[in-house]
Amino acid sequence: MSDLAGQGRAKSPDPAASTSDPVPDRIHAVPVRHPGRWASAVVVLVLAAMVVHGLVTNDKFDWPTVGKYLFNEQVVRGVGWTLWLTVAAMVIGIVLAVLLAVMRRSENPVMRYVSWIYIWFFRGTPIYTQLVFWGLISVLYPKLSLGVPFGPEWLHFTTTELVTASRAAILGLGLNEAAYLAEIVRAGLQSVDRGQEEASRALGMKDSTILRRVILPQAMRVIVPPTGNETISMLKTTSLVLAVPFILDLNYATRAIGTRIFLPVPLLVVAAIWYLAITSVLMVGQHYLERHYGRGFDEHHGGRAGGGPGGRATRQEAIAEAGTTPEIAVFDDMGRPHGGGAGGAR
Amino acid sequence: MSQPTTSGVVPMVEIRGLHKEFGHLHVLRGIDLDVPQGSVCVILGPSGSGKSTVLRCINELEDITAGRVRVDGELMGYREGTRGGKPALFRLGSRDIARQRARIGMVFQRFNLFPHMTARQNVMEAQIRVLRRSKAEAGARADELLRRVGLSDRAEHYPAQLSGGQQQRVAIARALAMDPELMLFDEPTSALDPELVGEVLAVMRDLARSGMTMVVVTHELGFAREVADQVVFMADGVVVERGTPAGVLENPQETRTRDFLASVL
Ligand SMILES: Nc1ncnc2c1ncn2[C@@H]1O[C@H](COP(=O)(O)OP(=O)(O)O)[C@@H](O)[C@H]1O
Ligand SMILES: [Mg+2]
Repeated sequence: MSDLAGQGRAKSPDPAASTSDPVPDRIHAVPVRHPGRWASAVVVLVLAAMVVHGLVTNDKFDWPTVGKYLFNEQVVRGVGWTLWLTVAAMVIGIVLAVLLAVMRRSENPVMRYVSWIYIWFFRGTPIYTQLVFWGLISVLYPKLSLGVPFGPEWLHFTTTELVTASRAAILGLGLNEAAYLAEIVRAGLQSVDRGQEEASRALGMKDSTILRRVILPQAMRVIVPPTGNETISMLKTTSLVLAVPFILDLNYATRAIGTRIFLPVPLLVVAAIWYLAITSVLMVGQHYLERHYGRGFDEHHGGRAGGGPGGRATRQEAIAEAGTTPEIAVFDDMGRPHGGGAGGAR
Repeated sequence: MSQPTTSGVVPMVEIRGLHKEFGHLHVLRGIDLDVPQGSVCVILGPSGSGKSTVLRCINELEDITAGRVRVDGELMGYREGTRGGKPALFRLGSRDIARQRARIGMVFQRFNLFPHMTARQNVMEAQIRVLRRSKAEAGARADELLRRVGLSDRAEHYPAQLSGGQQQRVAIARALAMDPELMLFDEPTSALDPELVGEVLAVMRDLARSGMTMVVVTHELGFAREVADQVVFMADGVVVERGTPAGVLENPQETRTRDFLASVL
C-alpha cells in the first residue's frame, strides 16, 4: 500500500518539474527498501502454490465432476433460492430492526419494553428451534383470520396456504435476524452526536424527519459494516431452513445430488465455490455502501466540484489541497480520487 | 425586569419569572427579559451561569420549570385554557412546538452542521422538509444566503472541508433560510481560532444592521459595545445587571459584573 503511495507522490510533481517548478530543490529521495515484504511474498506464493497443487492433483476432489455440476440446473436453482432467502430475510430483518431500535429509544415505556422483550426472546432461543416452530405453525394455528380482537372476523386464511415453506423460512430467518440487527442499529443511532438532533429540532423538524434525514444517514456509517457481516452470515444460515423443512436451497441441493451420485466431496466443493462467489459479490456491494455513507466524513474525499471561481481563497484551503493528493493514494483502495462526491451526493 | 413595554408594541421576546431545574440543580432562578423587535440583546456571564439554558428555554429545547416565555406575543410550549373552571396550562403537541421553533433561528457554539450534506444541502434541508419549499426554490434561497455570508464558492463542500469560521457562517445561513423572526446565538465564536472570529462577527453585524432581532451569548465585548442595544449580565441563574452597553460595560454598578469584565479583558 505505502509503496503505491510512494510512487504516487514521486510521480505527481513530474509534469511541472520538467520546466518551471516553483519549488527549488524539490526532494527526489530514493525510497526506503522493504526486504521483509519481498521475503514474505515469496513464502506466501510458495505456500499458495502448494495448496493449489494439492487441490488440483488430489483426485478425491474430482474436478471433472465439480465442473459438471457447477451449473447443474438444480444447483443453479438452489443458488437462486439461497440468494432470495438471504435478501428477503435481511430486508425483513433491517426494517424490523430499525423499528425495534427506534422503539428502544422511545419516550413511551410500553414501546421500550416491547422492543426489549422481542430482542430478549429472539436472541435467547436457537434459530433452529425457531425455524422448526415456523414450519409447524400451520399445525399450531390451522386458521388465521383478520378482524377485531375478540370481535368479528373479516378475512379467513388457511395457514398452510398463507405460510408456505419458503415464507416460513424467510419469516423465521428475518424475525430472528431483526433481534441481532436491532442492537447494531441502536449502536449506530447512539453514535450520532447529540448536537445533530438539537440543531434539527431548532430548525423545526419533526422527529420522523430528524430520524430519516439526519440521524439514520449518519448512523449508517456505523451500521453498514456489521450488517454486511450479518448478511454474509445469513447467506450461510439459510442452510438451516431444512428445519422448516424447506429443501430447495443451495446447501440442500448439493447435498442431495452428492448423496444420489455417491460423490459427496465434489458437490461440497460446488457449494463452497458458489457461497464464496456470492460472498465476494456482497462484499463489493458493501464497499460501495460504505463509501456512500462515508461521504462528508472523510475530508479527503471529493468536494472539489464547487471549487470554481476564487481558487485558493483561504490558507486552510491551500493546506487542504496540498495535503489531498498523497492521502487519496493511501486511503482509496480503488486507486482513484473520489471526485464528484459533491455533485452526485443527493 | 425593568423596561416597560414601549407604547403597546409587543416585544419579540418576553420572559417572565423563568425558572429551570435539572433534577435538583436549580439553574435559572427567576429570569425576566424583554427583547424589543429589531434589537440586539447580548448576554454576558461566567461559565455555568445559565446563559445557554436561557436561550434553550426560548426555543423550547428545554422544558421550563416555571414562568412564561413569549415570542412575538405567542406563549411558547403551552396553551392557556381552563380545566374544571380554573385556568390551566396545556402542553402543546410536538407538531405545534416544531412550528414555533421553526420561527426562531439558532446558532450553536459547535456549529452542528449536518456532516453528510454539502453546505448548500445543509441550507436547503429544513426549507424543503419544514417549510415545504420546492427544491428549486430552496436551492435559490440557499445560493442567495451563501452569497450573503460570503461562501458562494464553498456551496458544494462538505462541512469537514470547511474551516470553523466557514462552517459557522453556513450554520447562520442555514438558520436564516427559515426566514426566522428571531435569531439566537450561543457563543458562536468560542470554538473558533482567533483569526476566524472576525468573519463570523462581520456576518452577525450585517444581520443586526438589517433589523433582525437577536439574542447573543458571547464573550466578545467589542461586538457587544458596537452592536448591542441591551447588555444583560448573568450570574448563578439570575440577572445581576442590565442596561445599555455603555452603562454595563464602561460603568458597571455591581462588583460581580466588574470582576467578570476584568477577567474577560
Ligand atoms: N442537560 C443538563 N442536565 C443537567 N445539568 C445541566 C444541563 N444543562 C446545563 N446544566 C447545568 O446548568 C448550569 C448552567 O448551564 P449553562 O446554561 O450551559 O451555562 P452557561 O451557558 O452560562 O455556561 C451548569 O451548571 C450546567 O452544568
Ligand atoms: Mg453555554
